[in-house]
Amino acid sequence: MSRYERMFERLRARGEGAFGAFVMLGDPDLGTSASILDALVGGGADMLEVGIPFSDPVADGPVIQAAAVRALAGGVRPAHCFALLADFRERHPEMPVGILTYANLVIAQGHDNSHRFYRLAAEAGVDSVLVADVPLFEAAPFLASARAAGVAPVLIAAPNTPPETLAGIASEGAGYTYCVARAGVTGADEEVRFDAPLLKALAALGAPPPVLGFGISKPRHVRLALAAGAAGIISGSAIVRLIADNPSDPAAAVRAFAAEMKAATLPAGAQ
Amino acid sequence: MLMRGRFGAYGGAYVPEILMPALEQLERAFLDAQEDPAFRAELEELLAKYAGRPTPLTRCRNLGSQRARIYLKREDLLHGGAHKTNQVLAQALLARRMGKTRIIAETGAGQHGVATALAGAQFGLETRIYMGAHDVERQQLNVFRMELMGAEVVPVESGSRTLKDAINEALRDWTASFADTHYLLGTVAGPHPFPLMVREYQRVIGREARAQILAEEKRLPDAAIACVGGGSNAMGLFADFVADEEVRLIGCEPAGRGLDGGEHGATLLRGRPGILHGAETYVLQDEDGQISESWSVSAGLDYPAVGPEHAFLKDSGRADYVGVTDQDALEAFALLARSEGIICAFESAHALAHALRLAAEADEQERELVLVVNLSGRGDKDMAQAQKLLGRMK
Repeated sequence: MSRYERMFERLRARGEGAFGAFVMLGDPDLGTSASILDALVGGGADMLEVGIPFSDPVADGPVIQAAAVRALAGGVRPAHCFALLADFRERHPEMPVGILTYANLVIAQGHDNSHRFYRLAAEAGVDSVLVADVPLFEAAPFLASARAAGVAPVLIAAPNTPPETLAGIASEGAGYTYCVARAGVTGADEEVRFDAPLLKALAALGAPPPVLGFGISKPRHVRLALAAGAAGIISGSAIVRLIADNPSDPAAAVRAFAAEMKAATLPAGAQ
Repeated sequence: MLMRGRFGAYGGAYVPEILMPALEQLERAFLDAQEDPAFRAELEELLAKYAGRPTPLTRCRNLGSQRARIYLKREDLLHGGAHKTNQVLAQALLARRMGKTRIIAETGAGQHGVATALAGAQFGLETRIYMGAHDVERQQLNVFRMELMGAEVVPVESGSRTLKDAINEALRDWTASFADTHYLLGTVAGPHPFPLMVREYQRVIGREARAQILAEEKRLPDAAIACVGGGSNAMGLFADFVADEEVRLIGCEPAGRGLDGGEHGATLLRGRPGILHGAETYVLQDEDGQISESWSVSAGLDYPAVGPEHAFLKDSGRADYVGVTDQDALEAFALLARSEGIICAFESAHALAHALRLAAEADEQERELVLVVNLSGRGDKDMAQAQKLLGRMK
């Protein structure tokens, strides 16, 4: 059983949803980034999603773009990110960790029989890789490389994804299914809508557990998402903004936020 | 998708899953329209009566020689001032066909933005143009033109503040707006079906040029030459010559301040295969895959990727790609003005500069040579910059 499977099973037994936290590695710097990951775990995060900064992140809104710019300006490279993740794995052997990045960074690491990027991820103890600009249509070589390296390829499902593509996402994806809660790029919204039909369709297809992302920034959003049938949520822009807004102690800020969001995943009686 | 959207190993559709249905809808609409005589007829009428096609093929009187003859395909005379209008009118018709009420576009030099703005005005479509803030500064006149025609121009402050960042921003907009918005991409780059579709809508350049040169010279040219940023004017010129093996296809990339420094936009000459803006193609990048900032005196060539079909033509050897520096392009620009009374865009001057080189060589070797150069745009937009740069060169 994978770390994701063990985590989802444990939460299911307790009637909880998964709180996933996203941060950009190396923002504001590598050392602080490591302490932010620890703080997220300490605050109650059930799974971590981490960005490897890319110069041209077309799926991201201004908040996460700015984090990538800060990390790149600080000289953060993929090799630094893998080293940081390997250290994290030693401290937290059971926490599921996924990378979210872009296709050009994956193929730039080279390819011999399969993409070297996935082997580097596996060696760093990473559980999954999601490539934001690789849809199912182009996914075949990436899926093969992920499988060869023993890394779960996470695929994205959107409210407008046609049924035949959803079936492919359900059968080819692993770890969890990243469900986009709305059209557009990443960002922290005031109000969010959830696509219950998408979640139902994924469940009927036996897809990996659906985790909702994009726009989720408040405990209220978490409760709505779980009520709509999501196995968990991922909050990104809200956390990245907290890091930017609290330069003196970003770890404390994200820890408090994680605790607040995690509390919203507990069954109604426990909240 | 009905097609794989590949040119050999290049191309494809690397976009977030949420954009795939929009690309599928576009592919279907494009393929349907290609088979629809009413669509073709409306486009041809627009191109003839609104845009001014066919454009002439002008033989240079004073550049080249009796032996080495240089012909200019005069896309600079097209309404809007550049070849961009050809495919913008076609995509605007498609947008209407798909029931979209809003169009968005990126622009570098501003020519594609101007073309999109005129189509928006013509078809009553709400129009927003993303333009790198750096390009907004160097192309003020085109910004005013777009606004005059009712388009909203949004300066993009991220990254290098040029064309690549404008494309990122347009893609972000489209990810949220595809239900009512068509992304009117301006070149043969981006995800399938754009590279194929834009080439087909620009093919008219080469189709006319081929017939015109056959009428003038009673033979095919030795070479067809065009500048390459994203590569749409070049693909438009090349498409109908690809099967003519005796015609050399030559793409001129911006060598900027020199190919050996970092300040150029010569993607095919100095980049390596990667994935940017939805396509697998040559990309200027560092060893980690971070995209490099390109450089060119001409905003329209200042782009760190290139249309995937050019990557295929390069690898297959069917087309040759050469570098032309800012300096050589500026000299060709000035020479064309003085010798022929034509003020071309800085972009087109890159192609002309290489043609002048080939013509001089042929003359020296007493070889006959016939060249067709795509004069892709006129130089009005570059006047302020030309005044500054040529003043300095004196």
